[in-house]
Amino acid sequence: MAAVETKEKVAALGEKYKYGFVTDIEMERAPKGLSEDTVRFISAKKNEPDWMLEWRLGAYRRWREMHEPKWGRIHYDPIDYENAYYYAAPKSMAEKKSLDEVDPKLIETYNKLGIPLSEQKLLAGVAVDAVFDSVSVATTFKAKLNEAGVIFCPISEAIRDYPELVKQYLGSVVPVTDNFFATLNSAVFSDGSFVYVPKGVRCPMELSTYFRINAQGTGQFERTLIIADEGAYVSYLEGCTAPKRDENQLHAAVVELVALEGAEIKYSTVQNWYPGDEEGKGGIYNFVTKRGDCRGHRSKISWTQVETGSAITWKYPSCLLRGDDSVGEFYSIAIANHFQQADTGTKMHHLGKNTRSRIISKGISAGHAQNTYRGLVSVHPRAANARNYTQCDSLLIGGKCGAHTVPYIESRNKSARIEHEATTSKIAEDQLFYCLSRGIPQDEAVSLIVNGFCREVLQQLPMEFAVEAQKLVGISLEGSVG
Amino acid sequence: MLEINNLHVAVGGKEILKGLSLSIAAGEAHAIMGPNGSGKSTLSYVLAGRDGYEITSGSIRYRGEDLAAMAPEERAAKGMFLAMQYPVEIPGVTTMNFLKTALNAQRRARGDKEIDALGVLRLVREKAKALHISEDMLKRALNVGFSGGEKKRLEILQMALFEPTLAILDETDSGLDIDALRIVADGVNALRSPERAMLVITHYQRLLNYIVPDRVHVLYAGRIIKEGGKDLAHELEAKGYAEIIREAA
Repeated sequence: MAAVETKEKVAALGEKYKYGFVTDIEMERAPKGLSEDTVRFISAKKNEPDWMLEWRLGAYRRWREMHEPKWGRIHYDPIDYENAYYYAAPKSMAEKKSLDEVDPKLIETYNKLGIPLSEQKLLAGVAVDAVFDSVSVATTFKAKLNEAGVIFCPISEAIRDYPELVKQYLGSVVPVTDNFFATLNSAVFSDGSFVYVPKGVRCPMELSTYFRINAQGTGQFERTLIIADEGAYVSYLEGCTAPKRDENQLHAAVVELVALEGAEIKYSTVQNWYPGDEEGKGGIYNFVTKRGDCRGHRSKISWTQVETGSAITWKYPSCLLRGDDSVGEFYSIAIANHFQQADTGTKMHHLGKNTRSRIISKGISAGHAQNTYRGLVSVHPRAANARNYTQCDSLLIGGKCGAHTVPYIESRNKSARIEHEATTSKIAEDQLFYCLSRGIPQDEAVSLIVNGFCREVLQQLPMEFAVEAQKLVGISLEGSVG
Repeated sequence: MLEINNLHVAVGGKEILKGLSLSIAAGEAHAIMGPNGSGKSTLSYVLAGRDGYEITSGSIRYRGEDLAAMAPEERAAKGMFLAMQYPVEIPGVTTMNFLKTALNAQRRARGDKEIDALGVLRLVREKAKALHISEDMLKRALNVGFSGGEKKRLEILQMALFEPTLAILDETDSGLDIDALRIVADGVNALRSPERAMLVITHYQRLLNYIVPDRVHVLYAGRIIKEGGKDLAHELEAKGYAEIIREAA
């Protein structure tokens, strides 16, 4: 007995990824593999109108002719797209139910993740859409948001209930043919969130989607579409976790943001997919396309991301600065430990006059990890007086990891002003010793120093999540020194 | 309180301390004086437990325990404090946050209850006032852009906050003008008590006019070559190190 207990205690000590559990729940899946039938199956499951099915099939046919991009600084064994499930949903969720009727097992899963789905227990002022594998299982505060005219629902519902809005905007920022993973997503996406904030409305609460991968052998293909109409404001946050498994699971999401004249969208991500174990076994392959369109004058889109999870991260949240005087921002923390690989950054396309963009990237590498910042700032000939400021800081912990900065700058207008600053540093031995000598243990010291390094980015997160993100930064790097 | 016996310490394979012995009792203040390269900083670092400072023979006992067996953070939790000659900058970490993190880490290690943010703020403000440390300084990133005097005052603030049992001051006077020196010395003197011991490491006698030691030791080439009362510091000032070294040889 005592031996078992000790063993459990030791196991718990080594348990740095606390979201690695599996929910035992009966699932309904699409047949394994990817074909037109798979696409039809998913579309039928969602009771989609014909136009949506056609859109998906078009994407699928196109995808068949495409190839995986190879330009990232990431290495992995070929993904077998035929050996995966593209749809998995709890059987108890065959029909979407009201919040009180959601399967208690799912409620419990989200409780364990620290996301209580009961509205009374929720963080005040945050509405949550909970996506479990391929379906949304609950969306909170819908009624309250409706009063303000804000639509916040699973995208599968939006396709049925707001077809005109979806038709108008879906694929308008990330075209179906954009890239291999986005096209795949367009064919098989299952759920994600839809947000519409009407003219002049400031969304009364933070919106949040919590993505959970649970089923084995299954990919998650979420699709999110957020539209801020003229003069509207919305702040949205997504969180993600997955069980610990030895296999690699694919997550290929597409997020599209549209900001009309004078609108502002603040999009924050805390990505904590299972990163794989200390030898690099398992973990999520995170291939994500995120793009925001500042379609109207004086609009603003701000991306903030804290990327601590996934075996591979490949994502470049971007801004199309089409409206005059529009503003794009990208604040990023990417942490790669053990054998994680991160190739992430942003693209800022200056198309309108007086457009401004700001890029602050903080990359932290530890263990054997490789961390690449890849970014593009492009200024169109018509984009007079464009301004960009880019700051890329890399922090190395230990001598076996790597940090790479790959900035591309394309300026075709003489009035553009582009600034780029980059630094690479190591956690200095004297900083660590200083903390230790003040009684701060090693892991806490690393967390403190790294959080300091990331401060400018952490400050961008909504307050409710900033504390959580700070802890996550510390946990991701535990044991990385000494 | 502190018993150092025939201590040999090597850094990067090179022996720096070569048989240093020293004993400090509670309530006493000792000064170690020595020219550059005599091993003063090595002594302070080995006491605080810095990596790379290897004890090749001899022993250090602190409050009856073998110091070498304690991790640096454990030493801090057990009441040892080193005011450093070159305090380190930590960008992005506010001074206040650093103080709170350190204070609570020490309390946690001792099994004491942690103090909440407001409680720490109150405590720090009270101690900061006497050291002329402004509210603004507490909000800035730790030591980043601080003047030499500000850095040293912040070291003493930490000392006041942690209330150590053994305080080691490594060249605390370097880079201070006379006014700053007085503020720092007042801060140190305020902490002198029968339960607390102090080890003041300095090149010059100047600081010892303000922090008057019970014993003075002259360190040269890794060994204590002369010991005496507070007057030894004045003798040293008058004669210079060369003379004292010649006499001792």
